[in-house]
Amino acid sequence: MSLNAPHEGPHAKLIYMANQIAKFMESKPHAEGVELLASHINDFWEPRMRRHLFEVLDAGGTGLRPLVLEAASKIKRPALAA
Amino acid sequence: MKDFIIPDRDFGTPAAKSKQMVTLNIDGFDVTVPEGTSIMRAAAEIGISVPKLCATDSIDAFGSCRLCLVEIEGRNGTPASCTTPVAAGIKVHTQNSKLKQLRRGVMELYISDHPLDCLTCSANGDCELQDMAGAVGLRDVRYEAIDTHFKVKDNSGVANPNYIPRDDSNPYFSYDPQKCIVCSRCVRACEEVQGTFALTIEGRGFDSRVSFGAKTDNALSSDCVSCGACVQACPTATLQEKSVIEIGTPERSVITTCAYCGVGCSFKAEMRGDELVRMVPYKHGKANRGHSCVKGRFAYGYASHKDRILNPMIRDSINDPWKEVSWTEAMDFAAAKMKGIQTKYGRQSVGVITSSRCTNEEAYLVQKLTRAVFMNNNTDTCARVCHSPTGYGLGQTLGTSAGTQDFDSVEHTDVAIVIGANPASGHPVFASRLKKRIRQGAKLIVIDPRRTEMVESAHIRAAHHLALTPGTNVAIVTALAHVIVTEGLFDAAFIQDRCDWDEFQDYAEFVSQPQNSPEAVEMLTGVKASEVRAAARLYATGGNAAIYYGLGVTEHSQGSTTVIGIANLAMMTGNIGRPGVGVNPLRGQNNVQGSCDMGSFPHELPGYRHVKGDAVRDIFEKAWGVQIDPEPGLRIPNMLDAAVEGTFKGLYCQGEDILQSDPDTKHVAAGLAAMECVIVHDLFLNETANYAHVFFPGSTFLEKDGTFTNAERRINRVRKVMAPRNGYADWEVTQMFANAMGGNWTYTHPMQIMEEIALTTPSFAGVTYEKLETMGSIQWPCNEKAPEGTPLMHVDGFVRGKGKFINTEYVATDEKTGPRFPLLLTTGRILSQYNVGAQTRRTPNVAWHAEDVLEIHPHDAEVRGIKDGDFVRLASRSGNTSLRATITDKVNPGVVYTTFHHPDTQANVITTDFSDWATNCPEYKVTAVQVSPSNGPSEWQEEYAAQATKSRRIAAAE
Repeated sequence: MSLNAPHEGPHAKLIYMANQIAKFMESKPHAEGVELLASHINDFWEPRMRRHLFEVLDAGGTGLRPLVLEAASKIKRPALAA
Repeated sequence: MKDFIIPDRDFGTPAAKSKQMVTLNIDGFDVTVPEGTSIMRAAAEIGISVPKLCATDSIDAFGSCRLCLVEIEGRNGTPASCTTPVAAGIKVHTQNSKLKQLRRGVMELYISDHPLDCLTCSANGDCELQDMAGAVGLRDVRYEAIDTHFKVKDNSGVANPNYIPRDDSNPYFSYDPQKCIVCSRCVRACEEVQGTFALTIEGRGFDSRVSFGAKTDNALSSDCVSCGACVQACPTATLQEKSVIEIGTPERSVITTCAYCGVGCSFKAEMRGDELVRMVPYKHGKANRGHSCVKGRFAYGYASHKDRILNPMIRDSINDPWKEVSWTEAMDFAAAKMKGIQTKYGRQSVGVITSSRCTNEEAYLVQKLTRAVFMNNNTDTCARVCHSPTGYGLGQTLGTSAGTQDFDSVEHTDVAIVIGANPASGHPVFASRLKKRIRQGAKLIVIDPRRTEMVESAHIRAAHHLALTPGTNVAIVTALAHVIVTEGLFDAAFIQDRCDWDEFQDYAEFVSQPQNSPEAVEMLTGVKASEVRAAARLYATGGNAAIYYGLGVTEHSQGSTTVIGIANLAMMTGNIGRPGVGVNPLRGQNNVQGSCDMGSFPHELPGYRHVKGDAVRDIFEKAWGVQIDPEPGLRIPNMLDAAVEGTFKGLYCQGEDILQSDPDTKHVAAGLAAMECVIVHDLFLNETANYAHVFFPGSTFLEKDGTFTNAERRINRVRKVMAPRNGYADWEVTQMFANAMGGNWTYTHPMQIMEEIALTTPSFAGVTYEKLETMGSIQWPCNEKAPEGTPLMHVDGFVRGKGKFINTEYVATDEKTGPRFPLLLTTGRILSQYNVGAQTRRTPNVAWHAEDVLEIHPHDAEVRGIKDGDFVRLASRSGNTSLRATITDKVNPGVVYTTFHHPDTQANVITTDFSDWATNCPEYKVTAVQVSPSNGPSEWQEEYAAQATKSRRIAAAE
């Protein structure tokens, strides 16, 4: 199963990046993979990026790999822009 | 301590390494030295300098000049002290009437074939032949010079066939055969120190001459890499820096650190007044041990190049010409713009890029600027695009984002894996040390798509060259692990002791799966399974095994995964925590390690501590008196995305040319063009400056104090040898800007910045300028537990506790070849140029590399009708450019290669914005391309050149 190519749709690149992380985490034991995917995004994604990710998630998460959807509840929803 | 000179005594022969000590008597004094020491060196240890010409302590004794003769009681004859080892209880005499007479006779013969133009000779005052003539009391030469090598014409006016005119072909040094005494020091330095074997002695007896290889070769056209080792070794004016010929001898020297690659060589900047006469590698420098490469040794001319911008400049629009202004006006202009942006678009709408070329202190201040003055975490650094996966991968597995060894470690290595790195070009001084070890018998495994100089060069041949298809590193590294696990070659005791055994079990099960075997991945990687198996066995069982890697590992969509795989290999074979082994990232830029250490990444404060940690933020909040944002900031690619989207509007970019060095140039240009204030702080109007509104002129490494941290975590001092031509050191400029923004900073010397770093960052707690002064250099961590620093990491246990094995599943990159783009482009660098070339292109180094060329295999060239030297069009999904082709079988069919040193080519127009999954490090090393004949620059190149010319205009002063 291939990852989506970037540059299709406004959040395509972000979806692609989330899926790349998921791909790596999928080779780990499932629970650990979910946990680490969420913490990776929390640790490295600036709130703007997470906000966009939630826009995708809130719209149903089309294009995201299942592991990203599963980790969504553990990803920190950013506060409104400062 | 500007004029602090440590005398560089020459002990004549290298130090012996034996632990067995021997006592002997020299001229009535007892001396105890390690077994194997020469008598010459033993004498030097007690301050007795035996006259010598062919001996110097950087190379092995040779015994050809016969000047260092001594007498040993009870032994016959007068042996050469350089080639005679000490023995217990012997009594040596270095000076008596017999020896004096012999030496004088030897000197008479030397001088009889040497021009007596000492007063006008370029080595006057710095000539060992002159010194020795004095030392032996030569007062008369009885031989009449009939047949000589130095007379242009003989006495009857006929041209002297033995006279060879001076060879000035090398831009930096000249070779003047008439001054040569054929001591072979240059030939031996080229062989032993540099390992290039470019020089030789041709002829015998009176006909013996130093020669650059073949008769038709001169210094420039030969194999010579212009490292300067021969010039350093030459005792006369035969091989001489042109700068010394032009200026004269230096009067003082200052120890400082090279500002090119991550090896971080120590140099003596030899000065006359404030003019730099030459840079000479410092013998006691612990990274380079007295060796250098063409860049550090010679390519410093950019510092005084006419292109350097020395006055601040501003403009409202990038379509306007630049206007030169005072520093105050520039600061006020920049501060007003940035404040305006933050008011209009919010606190998070601006950010900084710290420089991997500037000092630790400067990088620290730039990240402090964004965290404490802009009040956000939008800071990133060049490491994003080179070694960020190293930081992530080694941090996850071992617990520290840095290499595990010092460079001296290579002297104990039995097997070296070099993966995705070409040290002979990128880290030449380390390459020389590695090659030396290989010539002594160590084995080498090269994993690289190209047949680099490391695979095969003079007296070096890799035991295995795994010429993999670009983008398949993870498959190869995992296949190596597969062999080690399934053949039971792992070090169970080490793993049980030092790692988590259960995690290893999981990992072992993962790599043992049949799809990870060398046979299964052969189709992907293009490497024969039997070669992979043999390499894995050699690595696991060949003794001390070390892995050295570079950007060929990190700059992939799976860069972090490969780094993890490399750490896994080292852990499972127990190759961590002692000399000769380890995981060694070869860092690209001089201070890329330091800029990472200094908290340049948007998610971590200095010392690799995540901004989410309350305790860490508390330290800096107290030190800086501000609130620190607990959320990670934007990384460079994210900044550009946010700029295009319209939420990121202002950037302060110090010593980094993102437009040329970052991938997908068009995307970078679009991001920069969308910003309202781009501040470029640099030596030159670089490519990024084409999109800038403010230009702060920068200072060179010669013009400021500070520290650089090299690839072995070594903190080296950078010392100011001349005043900044632009008026201010870079840290002062950042401080002025911070204060214009309301920062209230009051540093008066970089020393105070280091004090603040030590105070806030545990791994630097014990670092002070005083300690650097006395120790020369310090490898972090340096704190209470390790007051003198840490040459080897993870000796008794991993920094993170137990070493962590992490699965490394191969995921093919989505950058795939197809009918439109059937070839894979990979990029790299060349010895004579550095990074984007901003510095080296402004030196005579262009003699070796005047333009980027495309390496293409004969098969691929033939089917396209491309001949050597033809202009070709190189196109990818991102863009296209044109450059000349060179046809070579160094690359496999299907793979093409180029460098990115020249803005005219802009190889990064071609590269895509695919990036590492964990760190967004761009995938420079794999781009699907097509190559076709072309008749000149592409439309894009012409447009770009026109825009650049327009943007670089500076309005005439009124």
